[in-house]
Amino acid sequence: MSKYTEDDLKKELETKEYEYGFYTDIESDTLPVGLNEEIIIAISKKKEEPEWMTEWRLDAFKKWKEMSEPEWANVKYEKPDLQKISYYSAPSNKPKYNSLDEVDPELLETFKKLGISVDEQKKLAGVAVDVVIDSVSVATSFKDTLKEKGIIFCSMNEAIKEHPELVKKYIGTVIPKTDNYYAALNSAVFSDGSFCYIPKGVKCPMELSTYFRINEAGTGQFERTLVVADKGSYVSYLEGCSAPSRDENQLHAAVVELIALDDAEIKYSTVQNWFPGDSDGNGGVFNFVTKRGLCENNAKISWTQVETGSAVTWKYPSCVLKGKNSVGEFYSIAVTNNFQQADTGTKMIHLGENTKSTIISKGISAGKSQNSYRGLVQISPRAKNARNFSQCDSLLIGNECGAHTFPYIETKNKSAQIEHEATTSKIGEDQIFYCNQRGIDTEKAIALIVNGFSKEVLNKLPMEFAVEAQKLLEISLEGSVG
Amino acid sequence: MTQLKEKLLSSFIAFEDQKDIDSYVHGIRTKAIKTFEKEGFPTKKLENWKYTSLKKTLNYDYKLFPSETKALEFKDIKKYLIDDVESYKIIFVDGKYSSHLSETTHDGMDICILSSALNQSKYDLLIENYFDKISKKDGITSLNTAFSSEGSFIHIPKNVQVDKPIQVIYFSTGKNESVFYQPRNLIIVGENSQVEIIERHQSLSENSVLVNSVSEIYCNVRSVVKHYKVQNDKINASLIDNTFVSQERNSDYSLHTFSLGGELTRNNLSIAQNGERIESTINGITIIGENQHVDHNTLIHHKKPNCNSYQDYKGIFGGNSVGVFNGQVMVEKEAQKTNAFQSNNNVLISDKATINTKPQLEIFADDVKCSHGCTVGQLDQNALFYLRSRGIPEKEATALLMYGFANKVLGSVGIPQVKNRINDIIAKKLGVKIGFDI
Repeated sequence: MSKYTEDDLKKELETKEYEYGFYTDIESDTLPVGLNEEIIIAISKKKEEPEWMTEWRLDAFKKWKEMSEPEWANVKYEKPDLQKISYYSAPSNKPKYNSLDEVDPELLETFKKLGISVDEQKKLAGVAVDVVIDSVSVATSFKDTLKEKGIIFCSMNEAIKEHPELVKKYIGTVIPKTDNYYAALNSAVFSDGSFCYIPKGVKCPMELSTYFRINEAGTGQFERTLVVADKGSYVSYLEGCSAPSRDENQLHAAVVELIALDDAEIKYSTVQNWFPGDSDGNGGVFNFVTKRGLCENNAKISWTQVETGSAVTWKYPSCVLKGKNSVGEFYSIAVTNNFQQADTGTKMIHLGENTKSTIISKGISAGKSQNSYRGLVQISPRAKNARNFSQCDSLLIGNECGAHTFPYIETKNKSAQIEHEATTSKIGEDQIFYCNQRGIDTEKAIALIVNGFSKEVLNKLPMEFAVEAQKLLEISLEGSVG
Repeated sequence: MTQLKEKLLSSFIAFEDQKDIDSYVHGIRTKAIKTFEKEGFPTKKLENWKYTSLKKTLNYDYKLFPSETKALEFKDIKKYLIDDVESYKIIFVDGKYSSHLSETTHDGMDICILSSALNQSKYDLLIENYFDKISKKDGITSLNTAFSSEGSFIHIPKNVQVDKPIQVIYFSTGKNESVFYQPRNLIIVGENSQVEIIERHQSLSENSVLVNSVSEIYCNVRSVVKHYKVQNDKINASLIDNTFVSQERNSDYSLHTFSLGGELTRNNLSIAQNGERIESTINGITIIGENQHVDHNTLIHHKKPNCNSYQDYKGIFGGNSVGVFNGQVMVEKEAQKTNAFQSNNNVLISDKATINTKPQLEIFADDVKCSHGCTVGQLDQNALFYLRSRGIPEKEATALLMYGFANKVLGSVGIPQVKNRINDIIAKKLGVKIGFDI
C-alpha cells in the first residue's frame, strides 16, 4: 500500500467539491438590482404588508444610509456593491401549499439533493421544517400539529399579516434597527424569514427547523427570524443553510432575534454550510449575520453553531441576560479551509443578578484560512454574583493558516467571577502515530481527533444535527494533516 | 487637548533652535513632530486606547520646561532610592541631570546620559545605529522623539557583567506649575553581557505632573537584561511609559512592572524577538484604589522559531479604580515551536472598581503551544474565614490573602532589596504593618 501522504490528502481536499453546489432551475420573480426607497416600497407591496411595516422598513433604510460598513473585524474582503444586488427573489407564482403533494416537484427535488427531504423528515424525525429559498418561505410542515398546542410557526410574511400584534410588539426589540450596518440593511429589505411563538407553559413537542438556500444568481439573502418563548415555555430551533457554487460573492445578511420571557428556554442550533468559495478563493457567500437573544428572569438561551461554510463569516450570536438568574450559553465549532475567513464569537451582557454564562468555542483552521474568535463578557454594576466561564481552543492544520483570539472582558462588579482560557495547538504527530499503530489510517485518525476536539460542542446539538455536523466536519477537514 | 497640542507644536521651534540643527537627530526630531502634528494624542476611538482616555490628563495647563528647579539633597531623595544596595545611579531633577546625586561610569562601559551621547562625536555611530530605530511611530511616541534631548544612556559592550544594578530615577519638583516631561532612555546591551536596571518616576510636586517616557532597549546575542519599573507616584502624577525592546538570538529579557501609584499610568510595552531561542518574561503587579487608572498594553512579537514568552499580570482593584490589560501575542508564520504563555488575574475589592481585560492571541504558525488564561474574581471567603478563626484580624487576613495572590510575581524578582521595597510598599498600600518576607 502506498503511503497516503499529506500532499495526497491536500489534493483530495482541494478537489472535494461542494456537495450542495447545484442550482435549481425554478422560475423566479426577481426585482431589478439596486437599492432605493422605491425598491423597499416594492418589496413591501409584493409582500402585501400593512402600512406600519412599510414605514418601519423606510425608517430603517433612512438610518442605514447614514451608517458606514464596519471594518474592525479581522477579515479582508472586497466590499460587496450593495447597489448591484437584487433585494428580492422568490420562486414565482407562489401557491399556497397545504401538503407536500402540491409542492412543485422541481422544488422537492431540491430538497432531496439537500438531503433534507421534507417528507422523509416528516415521517421519521418529527421535525417541523420551514424552508426558505432565496429568502422566501416555501414550505412549512407540521403546521396543524403545532396549531393544536397554540404554537405559531410560520413565515415572517404570514406572521406580519396574521399576527401583527405579536410581530409589532417584539420585532426590533432585541436588535434595534440601528444596531449595525447589516442589521439596518436587513431591517429595510428583509424579504421573509421564520416567526415562531410558543405560548405560556408550552413545551414544544418537536424540533422546529428552518432551511435557508440562496438559489438565484446576483441576489442577496436577507431573512429575519423572530422566536418568542412566552413564560415557562421551551423550544428547540434548528437552522441550516446552503447555496449553489458561483464565481461571484453572494451576500447573506440575516437577523435573528430570540426572546425568552420568564422561565422560558430557547435552544437555537445552526449548521451553516454556505458555499465557501472554490479552492482558489473565488466566489462564496459573505455571511454577515446579527443574532441576539434576550433573557428575562430565570430564562435560558443556548446558542449552538457549527460553521463550516461561507467565504467570509462575521457573526456573533449574543445573549442579553437581563433577568435575575438567567443563563446564556454559546457552543461553537468554526471550521475554515482554503481561503475562508471567519470572525465569530459571542457577547454575553450580564445585567441581572446571579446570571450565568458559558462560552465554549472551538476553532479549526486549515489551508490558507484565518479563523478568529472575538467575544465580549460584560458585567454591569448591578449584576451581582455573575459567573462566566469561557474556553476557546484553536486547532491549526498546516502552516499557512492562522488562529486568533480577541476576548474582551469588562467587569464592573466585585462579586463577579470570570474565567477565560484559550489554547492553540496542532494535531500531534504522536496522536496520529498512536492511531496508525492501531490500524487506523491517517485520514480516519484526523477525523477522530477533530471529533474529539469538538465533542463538547457536538454533544450540545440535537440528534439529527449532530450526525450531519459530524459528517460536515469530516468532509471539510478530511485530508489536512498537521 | 488641542490647546496642548498647539502649544507643543509652537514650542518645538523654540526648542529646536537651541539645538544643533546640523546633527543627525535634528532630522529625526523634525520628522517626529510632523508625525505628531498629523496623529495627535490618542483618543478612545483607537482600539488600543478603547479603555483609557487622556482627556482629563491633558487638560491641565502644562509647562514643557519648568521655569525654576529646586536643588535636591541626597536626604530628600533617599527614600525613593533602593539605598541598601550598591548601585550606579542616573538621577534627573526636573528633566535636568543632577550630577551630584548620580553615580555614573565610563569605565569599560557607558552608564551616563543621553545628552552627552548626542553631543559627542565618538557616540555618533551608536546613535545612528540605535536611536529611534525600534520605537513605534505613533502620535505619543513621536511627541517624545521630537523633544528627546535628555535621559539615560546605557551602553554595555561585549562580555561585560555589570557589577551592580543601575537605578534611573526622574524627579519632578514643579513648584507652582504643572509640567509635562519627555524623558528618553537608550539602552544597548552587547553580546554575552548582563545588566540589571531599576527605573522610577517620582513627583515631589503639589501640582500635576505628566511624564511621557520612551525607552529603547537592545538585547544583543546571549545578553541578559533584567528590568524593573517601580511606579508608585503621587496621586497627581500621570505616566505614559513606552518601552520598546528588540531581542537577538539567545537573549533573555525580563521586566517586572509594579504599578502601585499615580493617577493615570499607561504602559505600552512592545517586545520583538528577532532571533531564535529567545526568552521574554514580563510580569506585573497592580494594586490601586481611589480614582487611579492603570493600563497595561503589551505586545510580544514572535518572529523566529524556538522562542519562549511568559506573561503574568496580577491586579487588585479597589475604590473607583479602573484596570486595563490588553495583552497581545503575535506568532509569525516562521516562528514554529513557539511557546507562549499569558496570564492575567484580577481581584476586585470594591463595588465601583472596573476591570477591562483583553488578552489576544494572533497565531500564524501551526506547531506552537500558545495559551492564555484570564480571571476576574474576589478573595476566597473560606480562606479568609480560616485565617480569622486562627485569630488574625480581618484587615491583616485580607492583606495576607492579597499578598499571597500577588506573590508569585514577586518570586521571580532577582534583587532581594527590590523585593523588600515592593513588600513594604504593598504593606503600606494595604494599610497593615506586617512583614511579608515569608
